[in-house]
Amino acid sequence: MIKKHEMVVIGGGPAGLGAAIEAARLGVEVLLVDENLKPGGQLFKQIHKFFGSTDHLAGVRGFEIGKRLLEEAQEAGVKVLLNTKAWGVFGEGVIGLEKDGQSLSIQGQRVLIATGASENALAFPGSTLPGVITAGAAQTMVNIHRVLPGKRILMVGSGNVGLIVSYQLLQAGASIVGIVEMQPNITGYKVHAGKIMRAGVPIYLSHTIKKARGNREVEEAVIAKVGEGLGSGCEAETELAVDTICLAVGLTPSVELALMCGCSWRYEACLGGVVPRHGRNMATSVPWLYVAGDAAGVEEASVALDEGRLAGISIAESLNYLSPASSKIKKEELWHRLNSLRGGPFGEKRYYAKEKLLIS
Amino acid sequence: MKKKQQGGPVAVIECWENIPCNPCEQSCPHGAIQVGWPITNLPRLEESLCRGCGQCIAQCPGQAIFLVDKSYKEELAVVAFPYEYLPLPEAGAVVTAVNRFGEELSSAKVLRVDNRRSFKATPVIYLEVPKQFADEVRSLR
Amino acid sequence: MNRVDNHPILGKAEPKNKVTIYVDNNPLEAFEGESIAAALLALNMRVCRLTPKRQEPRGIFCGIGQCTDCVMEVNGIPNVRTCITPVRDGMRINTQVGLGKWQNDKET
Repeated sequence: MIKKHEMVVIGGGPAGLGAAIEAARLGVEVLLVDENLKPGGQLFKQIHKFFGSTDHLAGVRGFEIGKRLLEEAQEAGVKVLLNTKAWGVFGEGVIGLEKDGQSLSIQGQRVLIATGASENALAFPGSTLPGVITAGAAQTMVNIHRVLPGKRILMVGSGNVGLIVSYQLLQAGASIVGIVEMQPNITGYKVHAGKIMRAGVPIYLSHTIKKARGNREVEEAVIAKVGEGLGSGCEAETELAVDTICLAVGLTPSVELALMCGCSWRYEACLGGVVPRHGRNMATSVPWLYVAGDAAGVEEASVALDEGRLAGISIAESLNYLSPASSKIKKEELWHRLNSLRGGPFGEKRYYAKEKLLIS
Repeated sequence: MKKKQQGGPVAVIECWENIPCNPCEQSCPHGAIQVGWPITNLPRLEESLCRGCGQCIAQCPGQAIFLVDKSYKEELAVVAFPYEYLPLPEAGAVVTAVNRFGEELSSAKVLRVDNRRSFKATPVIYLEVPKQFADEVRSLR
Repeated sequence: MNRVDNHPILGKAEPKNKVTIYVDNNPLEAFEGESIAAALLALNMRVCRLTPKRQEPRGIFCGIGQCTDCVMEVNGIPNVRTCITPVRDGMRINTQVGLGKWQNDKET
């Protein structure tokens, strides 16, 4: 006998928690499944104050938001199954799980995929050497485990992830030898760059990493200026003595589970790649399947949280725990907030990409 | 923007990119900072309302707000900025004042370190700097 | 020395129980509950395994259990993701060569 649940959430990051909390508060029986030993996704390694409006808890540090969400989930009666990997989602909401080497199946009347995203790799000679790690790995090591991944670090990528993680490595006492950015301009927020520049970290614009050298681990990075125009090759190499190279070169939505359900999708480069199409209520083209957060297009934690809330409210409505009229009011408020986060020169590209995804 | 007449410390907001963010607006107890709707508006400082209290410095998630007092002394100005590093200097210590690029400008005395609870682990440091560097000093080393 | 004992935002590190782990049979100190990868990093050990064909060294990459680059033999079980496996007292952690060996392989 497969155990049935009204709502199963896969992934306990901001999107999954936001959805679980909203739905459970409205009376839905919610099971949240997460492969980690603790829910919160990547929130607990975010030690900086978040942007946004005060509705989005702007000015509160990510790990503090994580703590609040866990408390809210507990209060709302969300059941949490940790250390459990969802390895497949099948017809009618049947989910294959693995826990402690045992396989089990459950079924959700509604299933929310909130699996987040994974960090992109970058291939260059030496990129497989120990000491070449993702920016997120560095952040996990330093902010969760309180261990420095290296002493002299090169960051590849000047987007917000590269800038924020560089800053956090400085805060933990590492030295950032430089940030390499292939574009002729810093691609993240200038205010994040400002913090690092005040600390005297050089930002090498129009530069790329050419190779990593070292016997058994990274000992040196070779960076090179990129010529103007695509394919024009590299010029002027610089050798930097580093022990660690961090890659902050984008994220890709983790959509495997969503796609195996057969939902329709679309490729949107600025959302990280292939993304399940969804409606304004976060429902996919598969009636019982919902998506939210980075798995529905890579944005930021505040967006993921509000998308999750939207999904939670929509699912509660679809299970008749909420009248369409009250649901509409709640959803409109959330869309208002989401649109405010998708404004300005940084946000509007994501806004238009999301609009193209929408199933009406 | 009305120029501040009486002198004294005034906030300097270095936020130019229409980021969706507005905690500065609510951080100001005197209503001197306006963002409005949409929250991607650039913050606007009404200097005549700014009392130089420094609340906004620690609340800005981008660490993009500073305080400058050019009327402090004949030859000296005060610059305040957020500083989330260890070790935290103590009042009276002499440190190196640096500009926006981390370049050394002069030695400077720490006047005050404001690390009150409501600043949520973003201490604000007040430095006494030569007046000619008041618009350049933005951190310390 | 690689440990961040004091942090401007997170404060002082919480005291944790010290335990002994055996890395390639050498007894070393680690903290109970931290990930194996973190414990090894704190000991300046960054090579987790050697690749099957060219015996090239590999270490942690993603740090959150997604990429499997950091797998090692832990208590006789190969391909254990060290970045998400907590340290326990007396744990035996070996550099994995190729696809690794199950402990009971030797007996069969």
